[in-house]
Amino acid sequence: MKLWEIAHSRTGDKGNISNISLIAYDEKDYALIKEKVTAEIVKEHFKNVVKGQVIRYELPNIGALNFVMYEALGGGVTRSLAIDKHGKCLSSSLLEIEI
Amino acid sequence: MKKIRIGGGAGYSGDRVEPSIELIEKGNLDYIAYECLAERTIAIAQQIKMSDPSKGYDGLLEYRMERALSAAYKNKVKIITNMGAANPLGALEVVKKIAETQNLKGLKIAAVIGDDVLSHLDEYQEITVWETGEPLKSLEGTVVSANAYLGISGILKALEQGADVVITGRVSDPALYLAPLVHEFGWKMDDFEKMGKGTLVGHLLECGGQVTGGYYADPGKKDVFEPWNIGFPIAEVDEYGDATISKVEGTGGMVTEDTCKEQMIYEIHDPEHYFTPDCVADFSGVTIKAIGKDLVSIKGGSGKPKTDTYKVSIGYKDCFIGEGEMSYGGPNCVARAQLALEIVQKRLEMTAVEYDEIRFDIIGVNALFAGPVAADMADPNEVRIRVTARTKTKDQAVKVANEVETLYTNGPAGGGGATKKVSEVVSVASILVPKKEIKVDVVLKEVM
Repeated sequence: MKLWEIAHSRTGDKGNISNISLIAYDEKDYALIKEKVTAEIVKEHFKNVVKGQVIRYELPNIGALNFVMYEALGGGVTRSLAIDKHGKCLSSSLLEIEI
Repeated sequence: MKKIRIGGGAGYSGDRVEPSIELIEKGNLDYIAYECLAERTIAIAQQIKMSDPSKGYDGLLEYRMERALSAAYKNKVKIITNMGAANPLGALEVVKKIAETQNLKGLKIAAVIGDDVLSHLDEYQEITVWETGEPLKSLEGTVVSANAYLGISGILKALEQGADVVITGRVSDPALYLAPLVHEFGWKMDDFEKMGKGTLVGHLLECGGQVTGGYYADPGKKDVFEPWNIGFPIAEVDEYGDATISKVEGTGGMVTEDTCKEQMIYEIHDPEHYFTPDCVADFSGVTIKAIGKDLVSIKGGSGKPKTDTYKVSIGYKDCFIGEGEMSYGGPNCVARAQLALEIVQKRLEMTAVEYDEIRFDIIGVNALFAGPVAADMADPNEVRIRVTARTKTKDQAVKVANEVETLYTNGPAGGGGATKKVSEVVSVASILVPKKEIKVDVVLKEVM
């Protein structure tokens, strides 16, 4: 199944860094997303977009993960040539990942 | 136990106005804060101020305040906002004039100044710029603004002097919400656990509707009640810093554990180290619990000592971007779009257009997530090409934009809806400056 079935997500940005949350609808699914959605999986999924490293932070209290992706926004919101300069739409792409 | 109710009146400079008036009138508020200043906005405002010294504040200041001031006066709600942008003193005069016109006698309006450090840039030339890793003196492009992200100190001073309206330039977004809590509860500024809790409240409110069902709906999966009428958020905070998030009854949108979770994680990077001028907030232990309809309890925020530096954002004229678009539809539209992009690429080579970076997209295929076009891809009904280039000069950017438009009479069959745009890019460079070098002050005036 796609992550979209069991989790939701929102993207934020700071400079050239993108920040994507992944939140399990049911906190019982937190263990599953924690096991399946590693920083390596996310880096591979965004290989055309993210040039730097991906760091994963865990928020077990609220059943969520937070991915911080470096060199992800084409130089940052002011200089980026992308149609979505903030990378706001990346959250929806994350939910495409099959687990 | 004393509780303070703060409303989130705006999530960005262009945000809707009427939900904030509804908050003032029906939210039983003590304070409302309007966060309206994005990172680059202040550089643009500074340029406006250079051509007219009375301007340079938020473009919607008059529109918002003409509606909010009298409602706030009547309902005894204090207003805190960063709509001063590059000119808090100019904004103070504008707001005072509106208050006088509306006969709001006794209203005290304060401006917080000190964030603008443009005249001190000479002293910072050796400091390393985050974005480039080089000292500031090597930055190319004309600098137009330099503003420190101040913390709560100036707002606090204004509130202590009895201000009903506090107008700032650049301050950290959460400071707009943390300051009234510190003022009302007498929290010590070195009580970093409380600073962290108040910062969490500010972080949840600072994007307006983003915590009350805005930026959330996914039909069939995450349905939002009356999303055309989203109520803006209210935080009710007690003296320990524990809070609930809610909205005005009867408005659209919703406050659930999930809407609060999305907003809490938004843009924080490391949940244990969210850097602000007033503390390094720690959201790792936060618990979020629904305790009623559209009522969510927020507990467990914390914080660590603040650093001894302010982040200073420097706006500079960086480059130009030229872009052009054209649509294709029907059978074989992806192939015609690809040919159109190839034509533009070859034309730019033939005419020796100079650019630093260029991007060729097909909207509907790979504009959002990049990547190659699959050879066996089925044609959608329609696609749109987009060519964007970053150039050093305006005339080169114009050439890029024009080249796409020439596809009308020279490109593949059936291209339509050409658009083109050329813009000057003001970019932001960040440095850290010792806090002791920056003096924060308050100017207060009363409506007679």
